[in-house]
Amino acid sequence: MEFFLDPSRCIGCQACVRACAECDTHAGRPMIHLEYVDRALSPQTAPVVCMHCEDPTCAQVCPADAIKQTEDGVVMSALAERCIGCSNCVLACPFGVPRYVPERDQMMKCDLCYDRTSLGKMPMCATVCPSGALTYGPPEVIERLRRERSVRSFRFGAQEVRTHVGLMAPAGTAEIDVDVASFIAAEPEPMRKIA
Amino acid sequence: MKVEIVGGLVAASLVVAAIAIGSGGLRHFDPALTHYAFASVIAAFAVAYRYGGWLGRPPTRRLLRRVLELALERGFARQGAHAAGLAAARLGAQSFIARRSRLRWVTHFCLSWGSMLAFAITFPLVFGWVHFETAPTEAETYRAVLFGIVLDDFSVHSWKAFAAFNALNLSAILVLVGVALALYRRLREAGDFAVQQLAVDILPLVLLFAVSATGLLLTISSRALGGGGYPFFAVTHAATVIALLLYLPFGKLFHAVQRPAHVGIGLYKRAAASGAAARCVRCGAAFASAMQVADLKHVLGALAIEPRFADGLHYQDVCPGCRRRLLALNQGRLVGR
Repeated sequence: MEFFLDPSRCIGCQACVRACAECDTHAGRPMIHLEYVDRALSPQTAPVVCMHCEDPTCAQVCPADAIKQTEDGVVMSALAERCIGCSNCVLACPFGVPRYVPERDQMMKCDLCYDRTSLGKMPMCATVCPSGALTYGPPEVIERLRRERSVRSFRFGAQEVRTHVGLMAPAGTAEIDVDVASFIAAEPEPMRKIA
Repeated sequence: MKVEIVGGLVAASLVVAAIAIGSGGLRHFDPALTHYAFASVIAAFAVAYRYGGWLGRPPTRRLLRRVLELALERGFARQGAHAAGLAAARLGAQSFIARRSRLRWVTHFCLSWGSMLAFAITFPLVFGWVHFETAPTEAETYRAVLFGIVLDDFSVHSWKAFAAFNALNLSAILVLVGVALALYRRLREAGDFAVQQLAVDILPLVLLFAVSATGLLLTISSRALGGGGYPFFAVTHAATVIALLLYLPFGKLFHAVQRPAHVGIGLYKRAAASGAAARCVRCGAAFASAMQVADLKHVLGALAIEPRFADGLHYQDVCPGCRRRLLALNQGRLVGR
C-alpha cells in the first residue's frame, strides 16, 4: 500500500482537513495543509501531507534528536519527551510540512495516520477525498486507473530528496526538479491559507 | 580517540574521584554498596559518551554555540537570570507538560520528582558523601555527616529522623503513583496506544516500578515481616537499580539529561524575537527570525545538504507556505493543469 498525492485534482472541499483532525495521534488538530496555490489568479487549492522522506531533513536538523522513523519508513511527530519546540524542522522541511504547536510547545505533523495505517487501514484524508487528490492503495491499481505515474524523487537546488509518498506526474518523469524562480512574482503578495 | 570516549572517561574518572575524596579516602564508603557505585561509574561513562555524541550533532552544536554567544553578548548575569526563570518553569514546575495534558503533567511530576529525590538521596549515600552515626554520648541521637562535616544531631524519635529514614519510601511511592497513572494513560489514550513501543515506552515504566516496589518491600520486610525475605528483596532491589542505571543512557530516560536544552532554546527564541525577521523571497512575508534561518543554513551545510539553486537562491529563504504552493505549482505545470 502506498500514498499518492495529486494536487492538480484537489477541489478544495476541506473534507481531508476535517477528517485529519479525527486521527487519534493528534486528536482534534488537523495536520494536513490545504493551500490556495495562487489566490490572486485562481481558485486552485492543494493538499500537502508529509512526504515521509527516506532521510528526513526535519530529523537531521533537530537539535533534540526528537524526530524518528518507524521501521516501515513513517516519519513521526517529534517525541514529546524530547522536543524543545525550536521549529528547526518547520523551517528546514523542503515540503513545508511540520507544524509548531505553541500550546504543546512541540512539533506535530502528519504521521500517515499511524494508528490506522499500521493496522492496514487507509489514512483518514484518503478515505474522504472525493477527487482522488489523496489516494492510498496498491501501486498496481493506481497505475491502472491513472495516466500519471508516482514520482518519489525530488530536487531542491542541489538537495536531492527521496520520499515514500509519491507525487503524480506524467509517465516518464524520473525526478521533480522544483523550480522556484519561475514562480516568483514581480510584485510579491502574501498568500492566504485555508487551513 | 573519539571525543565521546574522552568525555565518558572524564565523567567516570570524576565519579571515582568524587567517591574517593567525598568519602574521606573511602573511610565512610560502605562496601555493601560497592555494586551500586560500580554501576554508577559505568552509567557516568555511558551517559557522558551519549551526551557527547548528542552535543556533537551539527544542530545541537550550533544551538549550544549560539546560546553561549548570546550569553557573552548580552551578559551572563542577565541571561543567567532569565535562564533561572525558565529552568524553574520548565525543569522544576514542568508547566509545558501541563499545557499538553493535566494528567500527563501529574504523571510526569510524580515520576520525575520521585526519581530525582531518590537519586539525590542514593548517590550521596552510595558514594560515601553522607553517612549517619550514633552520637558519642547518646545512643538514641543520630548524627548526619556530609563530606566529614557534622550537619545535624537529631533524636531517632524526632520528625527529622522520620523524614530521613522515610525519604526513599516517599520517593518510591511518588514513582509508583506516576507509573500507575502512566499505564492508565497509555491504556486509555488511543493515540499513545497506537504508537507506543515495548522497549521504548513500557520498559522504563517496568524498571521504575521494579526499583520502587523492591525498595518499598525492604521497608515492609523490616517493619512488618520481621526481616522475612529481606536478603531476596535486597538482591532484587540491587539488580533492578543497576539495570536502571545501565538503561539510563540508552533509552527514553536519557531525555532527563537532554531536557536542559529546553532552557537554552528559551533564551534562543527570546533573542530571535528581538532580532531581524527573515522574509520569504517569493511572497515577501516575514516567516522566521533571520538568526534562525542563518543558523539553519549553517547546519544544513554541515550536514552536506545544499538546497541552493543555480541562481544563488537558497531554499531556506522560501517560507514553508510557499514551499507547499511550489510543490503544487510545479506538479500542475508538469501535468498541464
